[in-house]
Amino acid sequence: MGVYQQDRKTVLTIAIIIAFLVMGIRLFNVQIINKEYSLSSDNNALKYETRYPARGRILDRNGETIVDNKITYDIMVTPHDVKEFDTLAFCRIFDLDTGFVHEKFREYRMYRSRIGYQTLTFKKQVSNEQYNKFIEKSFLFEGFSGVLRTSRTYPKNAGGNILGYISEVDPAYLEKHPEYRSGDYVGKTGIEESYEEILRGEKGYNIYLRDAHNRIQERYKDGEFDKEAIPGKDVMTTLDADLQAYGEKLMKNKVGSLVAIEPSTGEILTMVSSPGIDVSQLSDISTHYKDLVRDPYKPMFNRAVMSPQPPGSVFKLVNGLIGLQEGVLKPSTTYPCHRGYVIGNLRVGCHGHPSPLDLYHSIMMSCNAYYCYVFRSIIDNPHYGSVREGFEAWKEYTESFGFGRKLGTDIPGELGGTMPTAERYDKIHGKNRWKSLSIISLSIGQGEIGCTPLHLANLAATIANRGYYYIPHLQKDTPELPIDARFKERQYTKVDTTHFTDVVKGMYMAVNGGPGGTARVAQIPGVEVCGKTGTAQNPHGDDHSVFICFAPKDDPKIAVVAYVENGGFGATWACPVASLLVEKYLCGEISPQRKYLEDRVVSTSLLWKVRVRKK
Amino acid sequence: MMGIKYKKIDFVTLCCYLVLVIFGWMNIFSSSAGESGFVWSISSKYVMDLIWVASSLIIGAIIIFAIPPRAYSAVAWPLYILIVFLLVAVAFVGVEVNGSKSWFAIGPFRLQPAEFSKISTALAIAYLLDKREIKFSLSGRNNIRDLLSIAAVLVVPMFAILLEKETGSALVYLGFLLVFYREGMSGWVLILGLLAILFFILTLVMSPWATLLILIGLLGCLGSFGSRKLHIGGPITVITVLLLAFFPRLYNIEGFGLIHRFEPEVWVALLSLPPVIFFTLRSLIRRQTLLRNVLLGYLLGICLIFSVQFVFDNVLKDHQRARIEVLLGIREDPKGVGYNVNQSLIAIGSGGLAGKGFLQGTQTRFDFVPEQSTDFIFCTIGEEWGFFGSLLVLSLYLTMILRILNNSEKQKDKFNRIFGYCTASCLLMHVMINISMTIGLMPVIGIPLPLLSYGGSSLWAFTIMIFIYLRLDLERWK
Repeated sequence: MGVYQQDRKTVLTIAIIIAFLVMGIRLFNVQIINKEYSLSSDNNALKYETRYPARGRILDRNGETIVDNKITYDIMVTPHDVKEFDTLAFCRIFDLDTGFVHEKFREYRMYRSRIGYQTLTFKKQVSNEQYNKFIEKSFLFEGFSGVLRTSRTYPKNAGGNILGYISEVDPAYLEKHPEYRSGDYVGKTGIEESYEEILRGEKGYNIYLRDAHNRIQERYKDGEFDKEAIPGKDVMTTLDADLQAYGEKLMKNKVGSLVAIEPSTGEILTMVSSPGIDVSQLSDISTHYKDLVRDPYKPMFNRAVMSPQPPGSVFKLVNGLIGLQEGVLKPSTTYPCHRGYVIGNLRVGCHGHPSPLDLYHSIMMSCNAYYCYVFRSIIDNPHYGSVREGFEAWKEYTESFGFGRKLGTDIPGELGGTMPTAERYDKIHGKNRWKSLSIISLSIGQGEIGCTPLHLANLAATIANRGYYYIPHLQKDTPELPIDARFKERQYTKVDTTHFTDVVKGMYMAVNGGPGGTARVAQIPGVEVCGKTGTAQNPHGDDHSVFICFAPKDDPKIAVVAYVENGGFGATWACPVASLLVEKYLCGEISPQRKYLEDRVVSTSLLWKVRVRKK
Repeated sequence: MMGIKYKKIDFVTLCCYLVLVIFGWMNIFSSSAGESGFVWSISSKYVMDLIWVASSLIIGAIIIFAIPPRAYSAVAWPLYILIVFLLVAVAFVGVEVNGSKSWFAIGPFRLQPAEFSKISTALAIAYLLDKREIKFSLSGRNNIRDLLSIAAVLVVPMFAILLEKETGSALVYLGFLLVFYREGMSGWVLILGLLAILFFILTLVMSPWATLLILIGLLGCLGSFGSRKLHIGGPITVITVLLLAFFPRLYNIEGFGLIHRFEPEVWVALLSLPPVIFFTLRSLIRRQTLLRNVLLGYLLGICLIFSVQFVFDNVLKDHQRARIEVLLGIREDPKGVGYNVNQSLIAIGSGGLAGKGFLQGTQTRFDFVPEQSTDFIFCTIGEEWGFFGSLLVLSLYLTMILRILNNSEKQKDKFNRIFGYCTASCLLMHVMINISMTIGLMPVIGIPLPLLSYGGSSLWAFTIMIFIYLRLDLERWK
């Protein structure tokens, strides 16, 4: 028994020694091996005061400022240091409700152990006058301080959707971007987001020592290790602020997009998504955010790059070009049309126009039947052996125009649109059980095809350039801030440049070719405009009104697409809108004989035609 | 009173006691005195603590010189009952401090009966084990009755303390299991307890499935080792576990629709239960001890694994769950629940090898660490005295505990021996839980560091306990 119990004492002794050894080893690790903890202790005793840099401005292509900074102050509070103060006087300075102050301090008390000695933002964006009043009396409000912040102003009312807004980082964002600190502002959408790194600059700091009572005592080593804030760089955009403002005026009270590109560079001159965000809402986004999100017309949604829609007749240009390249179509080829393309039970309707037509006149008068023939001859081309192969060849051509994929712009949220695949038709009709007739809608830009307005603007630019495009972009190439190399490369389509002149001729005739031309309303005195209308059927209501154009015919300066949802015929709304924009850009003002057109466009609201889900 | 050889007093323990108490006062001074320096006022913690230290020494002297050792076994029961009564009473009429209602307020002083109940429980246990000759065995009616009574003595104050929401103080009572072990309780109780904690952690950190595989592997090896057939049982176990490890892969294969109804661990448990229960019953009848133990172990393990998530989600309170998650690294929260531990580690870690020096700590003195004079006093030591200081404190405790164990073992009187063991266990549990908590080895459990932490009740209680031990130890030389 004795020996047995003696054993047990030994077991206990060993166990106790092991327990103490574990603690000893852990202490050795924490106190001697691991340096992380002693570094953290410096962070506790040194107080870093952030110096915020001025955010870079955003300029338009002519150097005019479209986004600027104004100075405001954030009022900060260190709850631990706050003594009793005159709440009423405090509220008077900042125009606050006493309830707000009491509520804040109730919160601080509740989380006091968590807050500790931290300094928190008490009120954001206080004006200069308010801040000056506060500084005069700051000795009355211990624990409060002001920090200089910059907020955004918008000298021009243009580009609300493209510019984007800045707002304070939220916890979710902080988790993904550890380089930011709570209280920092960050670009959340648009250019503010895509050029965040250039615009934001670099924060600096002043270092102070805390004393035993945690009050800031002195500059750490006389500011030797302080760091200046480096202001953010300005970003020059390709936008033309005046043209953008004019475009927004034209698209007011309509749902859709208006995009203008300079064909020779791919620079986006104008990008309107309507209804959009007013710049006055941008500067104070937090107040308007809820309204903007709830608005059934979705003003936050940049339709120009995020809303794929059927292109309608505009797409005939692409089919014509493919036909020419494939050799199944010559400019002189004529096809008959008697109010449509009829074969068996199938009928693709058309409007009344002379028959038969050649390629030029088919573009000019936008004949549906003509392109049914063209499309079938591409798909059923015996050269490919099967419908499937013919379709794949056709699809490859469309992809070379940028359809069905992202163009690779610098616009956040850009979508690629959709192009149908052979597999998709297999699913609908059964494997290889579909023919050119089953997919005939593609011939006139309907059916399983979705392009963003930017795709169509890019098509206009491609035709304007006679066969190539530059990837559209919003950043202007400047010596200080050169653009990405991809924006400087010509992107050729798979159609020979020689074929484009024929299509251009058709587009010229559509505008200037006399009776039968679908886009005559786009005629601008003294400017040779080339254009193509489109009327896109859709399941959401009236047809969408589409128009692409470029001008002048030789050496084009601007290529435009207007997409007016539920606007009816292409010639009704899209055509006037786009041509007015072209005129404004090329001539500087609208000619007297077209003033009526401008008045009609500006004064008309088409919002009622658009079906929206009211929330 | 004649014939007591005071020269033979356990000087080692006494010295450790005195050094710790003085050192403790210095650190309380350091952590609560600001730049203002020493101010003689009863409102400052260090003055108050001085009063507690002085009164403790007087109490110590009284115990050594004035109270006959025989008195302890005589008052063991009445004292135990009185303190249990106080424990229950305090839950109703006590003052609430930091969410637990465990204090009596008497003028400016506050007393915490939970601290003193350790002494009364230790006395009661010593008395009971001494008088009843309790054998820790499950056979025989008397033995079972004795076992129940000893368990009740332990559990009643524990529950009363849990009622006051003092989880830490209640945990200390588990230390008495070490005393029972010394007095004959099977070591398996301790091993199973440790294994249960291990499996609890494994289930939370890894997954129930992984834990189940480990359980099967462990039992397989144990069984084949016990039956001296490791060369056969070992490979079979390894192969079984490896095959089972591939089981979850089946979930990715199409065509096993049925399998998705349950998680893999549920499948294994369900399928294995009928044969295991059958063989368990058979082994009980045929008295195959090894097989029975292995299979019972399996059943217990399965129950544990499946109850972990339930206990974790439903029994534990939010803050306890959060503390465990932070400790196990399941969740990071340096500003919230993890704040105390993080700041405590920063303070201790910044001490380095030799520390920043007395009164030079920045972390503890500037209030970065909460509760620094009570539960987190070890931070001040770690920061200002460095690794050397921490090691000194650790070795003082270790010396004291081992010394008490050693001397108690030499006692001829069983009551004296058991009380000595109880004293050592209480010290051990307090030191281990507190220091492990401050250095991030255990979840945050509020419990004072014996003799060092600020707080009169705790200092008095440990003084009384250690001095009773010192007095009883003198009995060896009669």
